Amino acid sequence: MRKSLDYIIETIIFICGMLSIIFVVLIFSFLLKEGLSFFKDFSFIKFITNQFWYPNSKIPSFGILPLICGSVLVTLGACLIAVPIGVMTALFISEIAPKGVRDILKSLVELMAAIPSVVIGFVGMVTIVPVVKNIFNLPTGLSAFSGSIMLGFMAVPTIVTISEDAIRSVPGQYKEGALALGATKWQTLRRIVLKAAMPGIIAAIMLGIGRVIGETMAVMMITGNAAHVPHSIFDPIRTMTSTIAAEMGETVRGGMHYKSLFAIGLVLFLITFIVNFIADLFLGKNKNL
Amino acid sequence: MSKIEIKNFNLYYGNFHALKDISISIEEKRITAMIGPSGCGKSTLLRSINRINDTIEGVKTEGEVNIEGVNIYNDNVDVDFLRRNVGMVFQRPNPFPISIYENVAFGLRVNRIASSKEIIDETVEKSLKSVLLWDNMKDKLHKSALTLTLEQQQRLCIARGIAVAPHIILLDEPCSSLDPVATREIEELMIRLKDDYTIVIVTHNMQQAARISQDTAFMLLGKLIEFSKTDKIFTNPSKKETDDYVSGRFG
Repeated sequence: MRKSLDYIIETIIFICGMLSIIFVVLIFSFLLKEGLSFFKDFSFIKFITNQFWYPNSKIPSFGILPLICGSVLVTLGACLIAVPIGVMTALFISEIAPKGVRDILKSLVELMAAIPSVVIGFVGMVTIVPVVKNIFNLPTGLSAFSGSIMLGFMAVPTIVTISEDAIRSVPGQYKEGALALGATKWQTLRRIVLKAAMPGIIAAIMLGIGRVIGETMAVMMITGNAAHVPHSIFDPIRTMTSTIAAEMGETVRGGMHYKSLFAIGLVLFLITFIVNFIADLFLGKNKNL
Repeated sequence: MSKIEIKNFNLYYGNFHALKDISISIEEKRITAMIGPSGCGKSTLLRSINRINDTIEGVKTEGEVNIEGVNIYNDNVDVDFLRRNVGMVFQRPNPFPISIYENVAFGLRVNRIASSKEIIDETVEKSLKSVLLWDNMKDKLHKSALTLTLEQQQRLCIARGIAVAPHIILLDEPCSSLDPVATREIEELMIRLKDDYTIVIVTHNMQQAARISQDTAFMLLGKLIEFSKTDKIFTNPSKKETDDYVSGRFG
């Protein structure tokens, strides 16, 4: 009786495990099939280098360069904001804050991660966008800059939680050793703790980037959705994700436009795959330390 | 005057009274051993001499620890400067996960003792020579310190401490993770270093205390039971507890 129960449970766990693999494979192969069929009729190089995205004009032009630029610009901006704030917060939580503050801060940061992105987008639209417009005297506040702020805000929890784990797993003996040599607390943190935790912190940053680059709702609401190559961070931009989300509903199934959106998905997948791969590389290195 | 003079020292971890009214005078350029069963407070006492206990939450102290006549628990004492003058070697070798060279140079850099490359190079060489690592390591200075054997790591930690030119070296069971041969080597090293430094060593190994130290303190349950010449502690102790412990009746 106990043996067969064991067997049943083991089988269920096995099936669940296999299912998640099968789903990933199915999604990927569907994406690959639809996306690749687009490249039969349209060259990949032209796709990523042409700077005009007019999928519905008489002579359609499928150039995603502005979309890639938009995604990269808003992601870079978000990183510039989220990385220093995230790493400093992690350092504060794990090394400096007294216990009471630490617990509160940790749960707040985790709560931050749970806010739905559409809510963040909505709040950003009515708060940050007008402020940015007024401060920088822009024709519109819907810009890459506003998007960067919002996305940075969304990446902070990921960066904080994972960096904090990395910093906390630095052996206490390193810290004691440094202090015992006369290093100040800050010297110890900077020269020993941060250095030892660096692989984990880099992995945290990579995962944060992954979150930002894949984000759709918030950027769609805040960045202005103008598919042109931006000249400054205060220009309205459009990202790859928001293009897919906004246009999928108006395409004809199986048509060029429809396939081109899958092709964008494929490019996006490639980018996030690379980012995750780099993160894994650093996480693996961290474990061996 | 004694190098280290501890007067009526008490230490609490929260509500736990870990050190009870300890008074002891430690002389210069000798090896002083602290022995006693686990949990007797010998490590805590050692860690009070460079205030590394300050990093543990909820530690309170009363009384004085005077080094060359200055109470290091005074408010105006610069703790970082104190720790530079009172080196410490820990139970488990804890080289930093950076190169051998940078491990030794670390103290010089953080204390701004030296910035020119020549002086740092020179000090690294001198420090590694004094722990007899130089000949083996001089071609591998830029390899990670974590590639060394445990014994070499412990030597490196001693070298790292010596590099900032302390007067006092505290060793907290420095041989407990080493094999007997390595232990012997580290002991010889300590005996050689005794001529230049005041050494205080905590050990759970009574033979080790007998082999290398001139003075021995026996502690039990947070109290200093007896402090005397090592010969006397091991051959003719004046307290019954000491006699019971060194003759192996408990502990």
